[in-house]
Amino acid sequence: MRSTRTVELSTGLFVLLGFAALFFMVTQITNRELSVNGGSYEVTAMFENIGSLRPGAAVSMAGVTVGRVDTITFDQNVYKAVVKMRIASNYNRIPNDSDAAIMTSGLLGGQYVGITAGGSEEYLKSGDRIELVQDALVLENLINQLVASFMGRRDEQNDSGAETSDDNQSGEGAQSKTEEAKQ
Amino acid sequence: MSYSVGGRSIFSGLNLSIPRGRITALMGPSGTGKTTLLRLMTGQLKPTSGQILFDGIDVSALKTRELYALRRRMGMLFQNGALLTDMDVFENVAFPLREHTDLPEPLIRNIVLTKLQAVGLRGAARLMPSELSGGMNRRVALARTMATDPEVLIYDEPFTGLDPISMGMIVRLVRHMNNALGITSIVVSHDVKELSELSDTSYIIAGGKVAASGELKDLKGHQSDIVNQFVNGLPDGPVPFHYPAADYYQQLLGTEA
Amino acid sequence: MKLLREVTGNAGDFAATVGGVTLFLGRILGQTPRALLRPSLIIEQVHNTGALSLVIIMTCGLFVGAVLGLQGYNLLLRFGSEDALGTAAALALIRELGPVVTALLFSGRAGTALASEIGLMRATDQLTAMEMMAVDPIRRVVAPRFIGGVIAMPLLTLIFIAIGIFGVQVVGVQMFGVDSANFWSQMRSSVALDDIAEGAIKGVVFGFACSLIAVYEGYTAVPTAEGVGRATTRTVVISAVLTLMLDYMLTAVML
Repeated sequence: MRSTRTVELSTGLFVLLGFAALFFMVTQITNRELSVNGGSYEVTAMFENIGSLRPGAAVSMAGVTVGRVDTITFDQNVYKAVVKMRIASNYNRIPNDSDAAIMTSGLLGGQYVGITAGGSEEYLKSGDRIELVQDALVLENLINQLVASFMGRRDEQNDSGAETSDDNQSGEGAQSKTEEAKQ
Repeated sequence: MSYSVGGRSIFSGLNLSIPRGRITALMGPSGTGKTTLLRLMTGQLKPTSGQILFDGIDVSALKTRELYALRRRMGMLFQNGALLTDMDVFENVAFPLREHTDLPEPLIRNIVLTKLQAVGLRGAARLMPSELSGGMNRRVALARTMATDPEVLIYDEPFTGLDPISMGMIVRLVRHMNNALGITSIVVSHDVKELSELSDTSYIIAGGKVAASGELKDLKGHQSDIVNQFVNGLPDGPVPFHYPAADYYQQLLGTEA
Repeated sequence: MKLLREVTGNAGDFAATVGGVTLFLGRILGQTPRALLRPSLIIEQVHNTGALSLVIIMTCGLFVGAVLGLQGYNLLLRFGSEDALGTAAALALIRELGPVVTALLFSGRAGTALASEIGLMRATDQLTAMEMMAVDPIRRVVAPRFIGGVIAMPLLTLIFIAIGIFGVQVVGVQMFGVDSANFWSQMRSSVALDDIAEGAIKGVVFGFACSLIAVYEGYTAVPTAEGVGRATTRTVVISAVLTLMLDYMLTAVML
C-alpha cells in the first residue's frame, strides 16, 4: 500500500496550490482596491447614454478611484439609464453640485464614471442624485456629427439649413438602430 | 426454475438442491451456463420464473438491502481471484472486515494473519496482487472470502489455469474448509478428476436441465450419452466434434466459401 | 451532430445513453452521503485525479499563456495598444481557455485513467467480487472517484489560469518589454470578480461532466481488454464534445 502520508501530503499541496491560485486571481488580477463593504454610501445619476459602462466600473475623482458602479437600470418613465454608485465613506466631502461624466480610459480601455467637484458648500450624502451629467461619447455618433457638420457646411452653400438638421436627425435615428442590433 | 436471456432459454425446469455442510459439484460442458447458475444463486440475476431458496429465503424476491445482508452469509471465489489490485494482500483480506465492521485495528490484524496462515501465505502479506502467481492469487482470495466466516462458499472454476501443485493445494484447502468448519461448498468446474476425489454429490447440467446427479464415480457408466461423453471425456458424441456446417465434399468442390 | 451520431450509433442509442448516464448519476448521488463518511477514500482520489495531473496542467498552462502572449502582443501591436495585453490574455484565460483546456487535459489524463481503472476492475471481476462481499461498488469505487474529480477539476482550472497568466507575463513583459505596471494595472481594472466566478463555475461544471462520463464509461465497459480500450476512447471523445457544447451554453448564459 502506498504510504498514506505521501498521498495526504501531495493532495494537501495540490489543494493549497489551487487556493493560492484563487487568492492570486482575486487579489492581484481583479480590482479590489476599494472594498464596498468597508463602509460606503450610495448616490445615483441619470444618463441619456451610458455607452458600455458596466456594474463594477470605477468611479473616480481626479483619477483616483473613490467608488464603484453598483447597478445600472433603465427608467421607463424618463427613458434614461439610472446608474447607482457606491462611494467609500471616507470620501464624504464631495460637493452636491459636482458633475458625473462617463469617460473612457485609453482607446480600448473600459469606461468609468469621472466626478468633477463643484463649488457647493453642501456635500453628497447617501441617496442623493448627481444632477449634472455628461453622457458617454459614442464613437459612431461623434463621427456622424463630424460628417454631418462637413455635409452641413457644403449644403449651406447651395441649400437651406433646415433640411440639414433633418438629415442629421434621421442619420442619428438609423445610427441608434444599428447599435441596438449590434447588442 | 427457469431462466432465459433475450428469448433464448438457458435453463428450463432446472431443479437441484444443495445439501448443507457438504461439497457439491456443478459440472457440465462449456457454454451450459454454469456461471449463469451461480449468478442466479447469488442474486446477481433474477430467474424468469421459479424460486431460488437459500435457507428458506427466496433470493430472487429480495430487495437490494436484504440481498446484501444475505450475501454476508455467502462467500464466492472467482476464477481469477478478483483481488482488488490497488491494495496489498493484507489489505485485501482486511477489506470485508473494514467495510462491514468497526473492529479495532489489532483485532483485524489478528484475524487477517490467521486467515493468511490458513492458506499458507502469511509471509506474502505485504505483496501486491500483481506479484502473486495464479495459485497464490486464488488462495489469497479464499482467505479474503473466509475473513467474514460465511456459511456457504461458492467456487467458480477454482482449478482452471493452475499447475498440478497449486491445484493440489486448492483441493486440499476446499476439503479442509469443508471438514474443519462445516461450510457448505459449491464447486463449479469441469475438472472431472479433481472433483471425483473432492465432491460428495455432483450435478451434471446439460441442455438447460440436470442431466445426472449423484456421486461422481457412479456416473461413469451413466445411461445418458451426454453424461457419458462428459464424464469420460470422449471427443465426439451428443456434443459434436464438428461445428454444424454444409456437406464437406460439396463445399470443397463447390465455389462458395 | 454528425459527430454525435458517430459516437453513439443512432438517435435511439443516444437517448438510451443519456438515460443510462442520468440513472447512473442518480445512483452515485444516492451513495454520495455515505461515501462522504470515508474522506480518506476521497482524498486518495483527489490525489489520483488532481495532484497527479498537476505537472501536465502546469506545463500546458505555461505554454498556452506564452502562445497567448506572442499572438496577443503581435495583434495588439497593430492597434498600438499592447498595454492591453494583460487584459486580453487574462480574460481569454479566465473565461475560456483555462476551463476548456483544463477539461480537455483532465479527460485525457485523469478521465482515461478513471475509465480504464474501473473498466479493468469490471473485467477482472473485482466489482462483482465487491458485490458478493456485500459492498456496493458504486459507493466504494465509483462515488469517491466522481467526487474526487469534481473537487480536483476547479482547482486544476484555477492553477492553469494562474500559471497561464504568468506565461503571458513572461512573453509580454520579459521578452517584448510591455510595461509591467500597465500590464498589471490594465488587467486589474478590467477583470471583475464575475469573470473569475465564470471561470470557476465552468471548472465545476466541466469537472462534473468529465468525471461522470469517465466513471460511467468505465463502469459500463464491456469486460474485455478491447471493451476497456473502447471505453477510454469514448471517455475522451464524449468528454471533449460535451465540454465544448457545455462551454457554449454556459458562455451564452453568463455573458
